Amino acid sequence: MTKTISLTLKVWRQKSGNASGKFVTYQVPTVDVNASFLEMLDVLNEQLLLKGEDPIAFDHDCREGICGMCGAVVNGQPHGPQRKTTMCQLHMRQFQDGDTITIEPYRARALPVLRDLVVDRSAFDRVVQSGGYVSVKTGQAPDANAILIPKQDADLAMDAAQCIGCAACVAACPNASAMLFVSAKVSHFALLPQGQPERQNRVLEMLATMDRERFGNCSNEYQCGAACPKGISVSNIARMNRDYLSSKMRLS
Amino acid sequence: MTTLQSGVPSGPIDQKWTKHRFDMKLVNPANRRKYTVIVVGTGLAGASAAASLGEMGYNVLSFCFQDSSRRAHSIAAQGGINAAKNYANDGDSVYRLFYDTVKGGDFRAREANVHRLSEVSVNIIDQCVAQGVPFAREYGGLLDNRSFGGAQVARTFYAKGQTGQQLLLGAYSAMMKEVAKGTVRLFTRREMMDVVVVDGRARGIVVRHLVTGEIESFAADAVVLATGGYGNVFYLSTNAKGCNVTATWRAHRKGAFFANPCFTQIHPTCIPVHGEYQSKLTLMSESLRNDGRVWVPKQSGDTRSPSNIPESERDYYLETRYKSFGNLVPRDIASRNAKMVCDEGRGVNGELAVYLDFADSIKRLGQSTIEARYGNLFEMYERITGEDPYSVPMKIYPAIHYTMGGLWVDYNLQSTIPGLHVIGEANFSDHGANRLGASALMQGLADGYFILPYTLGHYLATAPLDPVSSRHPEFEKCETLVRDRISQLLAIKGSRSVDSFHRELGLLVWDECGMSRSEAGLRRALDKIPEIRDEFWASVMVSGSGAELNQTLEKAGRVADFLEFAELMVTDALERNESCGGHFREESQTEEGEALRNDTDYCHVAAWAFSGDLSKPVLHKEALTFEEVPLSQRSYK
Repeated sequence: MTKTISLTLKVWRQKSGNASGKFVTYQVPTVDVNASFLEMLDVLNEQLLLKGEDPIAFDHDCREGICGMCGAVVNGQPHGPQRKTTMCQLHMRQFQDGDTITIEPYRARALPVLRDLVVDRSAFDRVVQSGGYVSVKTGQAPDANAILIPKQDADLAMDAAQCIGCAACVAACPNASAMLFVSAKVSHFALLPQGQPERQNRVLEMLATMDRERFGNCSNEYQCGAACPKGISVSNIARMNRDYLSSKMRLS
Repeated sequence: MTTLQSGVPSGPIDQKWTKHRFDMKLVNPANRRKYTVIVVGTGLAGASAAASLGEMGYNVLSFCFQDSSRRAHSIAAQGGINAAKNYANDGDSVYRLFYDTVKGGDFRAREANVHRLSEVSVNIIDQCVAQGVPFAREYGGLLDNRSFGGAQVARTFYAKGQTGQQLLLGAYSAMMKEVAKGTVRLFTRREMMDVVVVDGRARGIVVRHLVTGEIESFAADAVVLATGGYGNVFYLSTNAKGCNVTATWRAHRKGAFFANPCFTQIHPTCIPVHGEYQSKLTLMSESLRNDGRVWVPKQSGDTRSPSNIPESERDYYLETRYKSFGNLVPRDIASRNAKMVCDEGRGVNGELAVYLDFADSIKRLGQSTIEARYGNLFEMYERITGEDPYSVPMKIYPAIHYTMGGLWVDYNLQSTIPGLHVIGEANFSDHGANRLGASALMQGLADGYFILPYTLGHYLATAPLDPVSSRHPEFEKCETLVRDRISQLLAIKGSRSVDSFHRELGLLVWDECGMSRSEAGLRRALDKIPEIRDEFWASVMVSGSGAELNQTLEKAGRVADFLEFAELMVTDALERNESCGGHFREESQTEEGEALRNDTDYCHVAAWAFSGDLSKPVLHKEALTFEEVPLSQRSYK
């Protein structure tokens, strides 16, 4: 027997980036607890559409927690209440009958709202463009096993590389900083031999771009780590800070 | 009538590609920046192609519908990527990978393409490691391997259960490096609406800017489609919600032949369907079959909880029927067997589900080892189902996952429209009627890093390419048609949602053109699809306008194309009256219920041309010859 719950949603509606927005309240009766959060929104959207209203715009794609396209602030928390879980993987069994759920877009200067819950995260791409890579061209690679990497380093690099670029860390940060995102990329390469030749420049350039894109700075709130759906550790920020300092000193 | 020239070079199979690379014309490094290449799609194939072409010095324009090129659905591939490195010292070789892939594809792939794929597989791993892809390693610091379905060697490289993500981020970062240099220009949140053909050659595309709604034209010297597969024609699939057939279908309408559209892959291990509101299905990696055992109760109607069903009353049907491959038989066989036991009423609680049980492995290896191997998959399973797979066996059922069919391409990956190249899942060439696990990542990256950069150069060096600007009348004509279609969709203002049509179509093709297909069923589908399509154009509801971010409009355009494409897929399934790989025709099976190929009549690629009439596509055939791997009935017993 499927269990259903009844919910009140307060959803941020905003026609476009230039328009002003407001919360609109919707009643959603009979939500199947086995549905995902986005499926719950799908059902609501279908009802809105058939009533002639505009459905709520939200970004999503893979719906299995890996593409990083979905994300909004649910009851004050990016991606909602369940730890290490993207909004698409959040299921309605996490809520109680009669709950009121507030849904709003990420709010950060660097992530302007495009419509309803959809924000522009292209700043992340620009941060990566400024150094989030190893400068190897196709065809230049040596044999894969010619580069030995201790398992613990490879595992740590993998932990950092898991970042899905969803920007929940920015949304969670009181300063709207992208330090967790940037440090995950910096750490991924800093932990690997392939990343060493460009290590110093990478950290300086990526942080400079982060500032230019108007992300805030870090004041050790650790909200980012708590909000990260992939459990990226704030220790990456410490590693990046060390790298930044030593790079700055060596290059100056 | 176009004759299909595969352009496979002469000579021994292991020298064809080497010889061909020498025979192809080159573009001088200093001249490359004079050529503009459009790459649509930023998955493994598209991103690796854009990065490589940019590195070579071409002027690349890259397009994706997502907000960032890092999000293409390659990112969701879990298990791994094959390569004939033989690091496991278990007898692997380029030839064995080639052999396994041809056999796994049930002899419906082009031998020469598959051999080339196997040759470059080793370079892919090197390239990805050099980019910093954190593949799993052993304690000695060397790369670790595991095995996948359809192979008896361990040749699969992996990064936890997120191999696709790590490979895509590698290709994405390589592309971002080129964006920074200015060789690649990135256009995100753009949907390709049409290919523009000028004087018989692909010379650009028309796109819709998904935020502003603006219709934009881009001219180029060549167009590359890397737009993925059409699995979402079934509505419920493991594909991302945005995956669509629009780019390849629009190209098909412009003259690109569509090959083997009925070859669709149903992945055996997905989380079963649980409700009507369901929007997608989630895959549980094939790698789980390394340590998980598939079983159902021996008796139908056995509703005891799994822990109360003793060993003697369990049927480990894959292990019993396929002694040498066991739980690691290829996907089509594992899927069909799951359907068979469920059709016998022996599914879990009589439902469409079988068990994938890790109890033995946990006992043998300890929970921590299983957690290290599959931890993220187990967590995902628990989040979706609310059950803990460490203590209760997973419930799984097959779901649509990948499409082997796609636009027809020659050995140079060029479609029947000169200048239009097609790479990755969007083309048809390498997997035949069934793709082996961990081969999609291999093919996408092979095409993008190591094959297209050569063959595209040859095209640019040899094709007569007069300058064409995006103000050419063909672009204007195309833009007008695109705008008209959008206006038409917005004007219907009917009473049914886009999703309701998509669901109806999906259920129909799943029932009649899914894991098992019959002439009667396919004919039923062929009657019904045009009806759904007519109903769609009469009563779909699309709100809002075309000049804004309008996700309903985006979906409507994609579903409209699926409604056209589905008819071709079913027509192809009806035409191919044999069983091979993922295409199982009930009329063509052995006494044991295994797929029975008919090499006398169907040893060919079915490449369909658009005739202007959706119900009357024109069939062209490319005969397949097997000189290396002799045609034989597959056996995994």
